[in-house]
Amino acid sequence: MQIKGHRICGGRATGPALVSKDAISFLGGVDPGTGTVIEKGHALYGKNVKGTVLIFPGGKGSTVGSYVIYQLMKNGVAPAAMINIKAEPIVAVGAIISGIPMVDRLEQNPVETIKDGDTVTVDGTAGIIELS
Amino acid sequence: MYLTREEENIYNGEQGPTLQKMMEILVALGDIYDAKKLIQVKSAQIAGVSYKTIGDAGLEWIQDLEGKVRIPAVLNPMGMDREAFVEMGIDPHFAKKQEEIIRAYEKLGIRPECTCTPYYLNRPRFGDHLAWSESSAVCFANSVLGARTNREGGPSALAAALIGKTPYYGLHITENRYPTVTVKVDEPIHGAEYGALGYLAGRQIGDGIPIFKLKSTPTEDELKHLGAALAASGAVALFHVLHVSPEQYVLPPDKMDREPQRLESEDDWQVPERFFLPRERIEVDIAEIRETARQKASPDIIALGCPHASREELEEILSLLHGRKVKKEVWVCTGRSLGEKNPELIQQLRSSGIKVLYDTCMVVSPAANQFKCMMVNSGKALKYTPAMCGVDAVMGTTEECIEVACRGD
Repeated sequence: MQIKGHRICGGRATGPALVSKDAISFLGGVDPGTGTVIEKGHALYGKNVKGTVLIFPGGKGSTVGSYVIYQLMKNGVAPAAMINIKAEPIVAVGAIISGIPMVDRLEQNPVETIKDGDTVTVDGTAGIIELS
Repeated sequence: MYLTREEENIYNGEQGPTLQKMMEILVALGDIYDAKKLIQVKSAQIAGVSYKTIGDAGLEWIQDLEGKVRIPAVLNPMGMDREAFVEMGIDPHFAKKQEEIIRAYEKLGIRPECTCTPYYLNRPRFGDHLAWSESSAVCFANSVLGARTNREGGPSALAAALIGKTPYYGLHITENRYPTVTVKVDEPIHGAEYGALGYLAGRQIGDGIPIFKLKSTPTEDELKHLGAALAASGAVALFHVLHVSPEQYVLPPDKMDREPQRLESEDDWQVPERFFLPRERIEVDIAEIRETARQKASPDIIALGCPHASREELEEILSLLHGRKVKKEVWVCTGRSLGEKNPELIQQLRSSGIKVLYDTCMVVSPAANQFKCMMVNSGKALKYTPAMCGVDAVMGTTEECIEVACRGD
């Protein structure tokens, strides 16, 4: 199944879905060395974003979060791709500077439609995702 | 968002990966904020400079970029004085990393002038479009000079510098610059009290656009402190002061017709017809302002120059010293260019025992962390230093700061 969305960052990647109903603050919320979510009480607390297609409503917190996403990429523990309901600048800029394919504003709400572990391909350049 | 053919080519990578990424940043922001197009900007001021804030990740990102800026661009303060870092007690590893960050920016054609007051270097004109990051500089440019800039993140300001453009949204558009809340103070205030007012009002205003109705006429330095504190304790990027700031007549007649609430019964909120005071109102208590600006403490450091001191502020500090030497650690932060243009003034301040620091400030330098209690004359520093530096902060007027420094109590 293909769902249309909107390009934030070009490129194409496939991975298992990791779905969060909560917004993510990358600064202080995700360990840049390991990719583990460390924000207490967060829907993804204790889970690891490495190699996943990370699906969440959007970003929150400090703008330094963009650089934390870059650090995750440099450390080889970044998500393979990201999907937001509606992107905001922190995560959008983080994805772009890190070259992580990213889309937002899908025709269906990705947080409700996609389940943890579903295999998802994000084609950022075309602004679409595929579920298999 | 509409892109010209050249912009489209950059977006598709025809001018290399760095410019492609920069264009992707501008387009993504434009889409997020419903911009219809990109517009030219005259200058950029880029945050994300202190190694304390951006760390190795930020350094690596900047080092990986290639190209040259298309418009004049300067930087926000960094973590140390680029020359006097040993005297500041900066760790050698930090100094090495900080120098690498500055070199990486320089390689992109950015002037290594690290200041939160870029308007002392090159004063924007009314109506100029800019891409500035530092919140107090954004507030000053918009409010005091009538230039137009959104509050850019580090990467988006850098993207604007390398492309020479920014998405047309937010405060670039006249309709988004009207006041949203009226703030009234019933007594004249002066000096540090403007910073205290910003500190107190900012919390209530959030990201609104206040118009102040005051009983006193602020100087440019007082407006600087008001805006810096509003931006720190709230997220204010533009404010107006009735009869003072340059956009008094921003409201066109058709908009006024749709705002009948401005003509209410006689009260002292009312003003002549052509001005617009929003119905939402905040009254800041004069006693609270005075109390905030005059806190008693025994600080182990007195730090002035947040935002970076103007020549007038440096002269004021010198005259308040009356030839005395300070008996406590005193920092005065200012821009390197401003200092180097006024060598005698700086020399006189230094011979009193004051440390005049360039390129940095008490908020972004790790050197501030070694102190327990910092006395400041700035609402912005009062807000930020406890969280950023782990020190207790107290506020005093500039006069009181210098008195405490000279008495040594």
